[in-house]
Formats: sequence, C-alpha cells, structure tokens
Amino acid sequence: MIAHNLLYIIYFISALLFIGATQGLATPKTALRGNNFGISGMVLAVFATLLVLPTRNDLGILLFGLLAALVGVFWANKVQITKLAQMIALLNGFGGLSSVLVALAQLVGGKGYSFDLALGITAGGIAFSGSMVAYVKFQAPNFLPDQFVKLRHFITILSFAATIFFWALFAVYHQTNALLMLSAASLVFGFGLTFGVGGADMPIVISLLNSCSGFAASAIGFSFSNIVLIITGAIVGTSGLVLSHKMTKAMNKSVSQVFFGGGQNKQKLAQTNQIAKVSSPADAAFLMQNANLVIIVPGYGMAVSGAQHALKTLAGILENKYHVRVKFAIHPVAGRMPGHMNVLLAEAKIDYDKVFLLDDINPDFETADVAYVVGANDITNPAAKTDPSSPLFGMPVLDVFKAKTVFFVKRSSGTGYSGAQNPLFFAENTMMLYGDAKKVTEEIIADL
Amino acid sequence: MTTLFLISIFVLSCLIGILIAKDVTPALHSPLMSVSNAISGIVIIGALSSAAYANGFNTQEIISLFGVFFASLNIFGGFVISWRMLRLFKKRKEK
Repeated sequence: MIAHNLLYIIYFISALLFIGATQGLATPKTALRGNNFGISGMVLAVFATLLVLPTRNDLGILLFGLLAALVGVFWANKVQITKLAQMIALLNGFGGLSSVLVALAQLVGGKGYSFDLALGITAGGIAFSGSMVAYVKFQAPNFLPDQFVKLRHFITILSFAATIFFWALFAVYHQTNALLMLSAASLVFGFGLTFGVGGADMPIVISLLNSCSGFAASAIGFSFSNIVLIITGAIVGTSGLVLSHKMTKAMNKSVSQVFFGGGQNKQKLAQTNQIAKVSSPADAAFLMQNANLVIIVPGYGMAVSGAQHALKTLAGILENKYHVRVKFAIHPVAGRMPGHMNVLLAEAKIDYDKVFLLDDINPDFETADVAYVVGANDITNPAAKTDPSSPLFGMPVLDVFKAKTVFFVKRSSGTGYSGAQNPLFFAENTMMLYGDAKKVTEEIIADL
Repeated sequence: MTTLFLISIFVLSCLIGILIAKDVTPALHSPLMSVSNAISGIVIIGALSSAAYANGFNTQEIISLFGVFFASLNIFGGFVISWRMLRLFKKRKEK
C-alpha cells in the first residue's frame, strides 16, 4: 500500500512537471527550461514504473526501449531543420500507434470490453494513419494519385460509418474481433480525413493530429487508472485543439472546410489571360539597394529550398552596405506547421526584433519600397479582402500589394494550394522572379 | 479509484491545457507542438505495464513491446527535436 501511494505521488509530480513544461513554452526565455521539465517528468515516470513492475520481461523491455531511444536520438539529430514538419508528423504518428498497440495488447491479454480502450484505439488510429499521410505529403507531394483524392469523401464517410458500427458491435457483443476491425476502420478514417487536405491547411491538420494522439494517451490512462497518462494526454490534447483553433482563425476557415472543402474549383479558377511581368535578379537588386524599407515575406517555398540563410545574408548586405531597413513579415499559417517560419528564421539567426507578425507589419507595407515574397502565395492574395467569390475570401492576408514594388519568387506560374488565382501577379507594380527561392536570392546577392 | 474521480481529473487537466496553450507566443507554436508531441509519449507507461504483466512470451507481450518501441521513439525523437529548435531561439536572445 505504501509503495502504491508513493507511486501515485511520483506520477502526480511527473504530471506537474509536464504542466510546467507546457507552461515554460509560453515565452522564449523559459522555453528551454520547459523542455527540461518535460524530460525530467518523463524520466521520473518511466523509472518509477520500471521499479514497481514485476521483473518478468525486463530484458525485452530494455531491448526495445533502448533500441528505439538510439534510433530516435540519432535520427532527430541528423534531420535537417527544413524537414522538421515531417519529422514531427512522423513521431506523432508513432505515439498514436503506440496507443493502439497498448489497447490491443490489453484486449489480447484478456481484458474485456472497455469504452476507454475503444476510444484509445480510435483516436490513436486516426493520429497514426493521418500523420503518415501528412508525412508522405511532405516527402513526396505527388505520390498520392489524383483518383484517390476524388474518392476521398466516399472513403471518409464509409470508414466513419464502419468505425461507429464496430464501436456498437464491440459494446454489445464484447468481441475482440470487433476491436480489430475497429482499429482497421479508424486507420482508414484517419487516412480518408487527411488525404485531400491541401498543403496550406497542413498547420491545422498537424496540430489536430497532435491533439488526437494526446487524447488517445488519456483514454489509455483511464483503462489503467493512471493519473499521469490522463493529465498529460488531456494537456497535449487540448493544447493541440487550441493551436488548431488559432490556425483556423488565422485562415478564416472552419475545421470542416479544411477536411471536406477545397480542391473543387481548382481548374476553373486557374485559367486566365492576364500576363505577369517577369523581371530579373539584377532589377531586384537595383530596386532593393535604393529602397528605404524592404519587407521580406517568407512562405513554404523558403522552407523547401532552405533559403533562410541566403535571406539573412541579403538582409545583412542591404542594411550594412546600403543602409536599407529590412523587416520580415510572418503570416500565422505560412509554411506547413504552426510557427514554421519563426523556427527557420531563428535557424538563420535573424534578429527577433526584425520579425513581425501579420497585424504588426501590415501598416508598414504602405511605406515599403520593395516587398520581396519568397515562396508564399495565398497569404498575400488581395482577393481575400476584395473578391467575395474567391475561395480565400475573408482570410486575413499580408497587404503586400500596398508596397511600391512587389517581387515574387515562385517556382512556376501556378496557383497556391487554395487553387485561387492571385491577382497580385498581374498587378502593375508586381515583378515575377521564376526559380528556386535560394538560387534567386543568391543571384540578387551577387548583383548587390 | 472511481471513474468519476478520474473524469474530474481529466476535465481539470483539459482546462489547464487550454489556459496554458492560449498564451503561447506565435513564434513558439512549433516548439510547443514538438514538446507536447514528445510528452504524449507518456503512453509508454501503459506499454511498460502491459508488457510486464504478460504471461510469458505471448501475443500480448509482443504487441506491448512494439508499443514500448514506438512510444520510446516518440519520446526520444521528440525531445531531441524540441531541444534543437529551442536552442535556435535561445542563441538569438543572447546576442
């Protein structure tokens, strides 16, 4: 009994450490401490558990646990900062998978029907397959064939119905087989849900999947009557929900629009007879060095080409050699995960006080001589403010069009993920620079 | 422990989660996701218990051990990634 109470107290302390970890991430000053709190909480909970467990299968546990630890540390150390988003998606999927496996193991081991296990399987399964789809979308955007995308609503609805059906079957007949089918249905459901999601909506989806794996852990916690699992899972789950709520607000979208809308009017809108003006890096260099204020707007294209270091160099030359003020403008949903651009700019050691968020920078575009848009599209689309028929209408955007001259770096003349045509490309003061974001930026630097 | 007690713990934790995440500065959204992703690997506790209470080397044991494997991967990978990200933010502050 004493050991039992002690374990309870240790679990509670570790839960408090996890709360402290999340709290620490509120400001950059305390963020690293937050991460250390998280690690301490984990070490405490795992060691306490290992100490009280019967020593029957220690060797297997240590082998599997340590092998994964080695793989995880090695891998996470090696991955490039520009590939963070997919790495986080993958790891999140593994967390979800683990919840599914624990629930299945409990059932195979003879534990009868429980609501918590079914819930753990569903949430974990969605987190796992959804994250895998997200990962594949990042790694190979064209890997998933278009035919599937057309079928996705069908797949989603069917697998959702199947999920409900097996829940009911399991609840009534308490059969393990029903639960195996439930796992399969949840996996397909997660797959169908994330399958058709456009790249620009990824920040919302990634944080929702994160939330799912948290709630899955919480559900498993109910089955073990374990408070550290319940508390931690709930905090992860709700913080994921809060993040995705912030993201949907930044895009003026509802969650159902993210999963079920989009993609339909792509062909219709992409056609236009207007011609965009193409410019050269030398022109851009000339206008930038004679400017008073240059605002750089990064998007996913910067992440793909890893252009953040070149941008840092560009900003440095403009400021020191030509005394131009340089600012960076960040849209909340630029990139593929919440806060994606901030991390990349931090990696290039670009000063904090030069980086501005949507509402803080928008008034500055009026006085800017040059806006340099690096691989961003939808987040600069003025149609979001003016054209009610645009799929982006209502989304807060960066007022790039107010700058005297706008340079757009793009790989091709295509539309953004929303499929909406960006009228800014054809505006009087817009110049296109086609090519890889990093290469184009380096060519501008060479001309300075 | 009664289910009602556990449910109240759950609801209170949800409230704490909402209150904390609400105030996170946008620049740290990615690290927050990464850290919370790493700590959701706490499900390893469930996997460990499940593996330890298996009757010998049976199906339950094997499935649980894979649970341990993936949760551990989630934890270690997650904390290393978060640490790498947060170090970037810290360096810049000191300058």
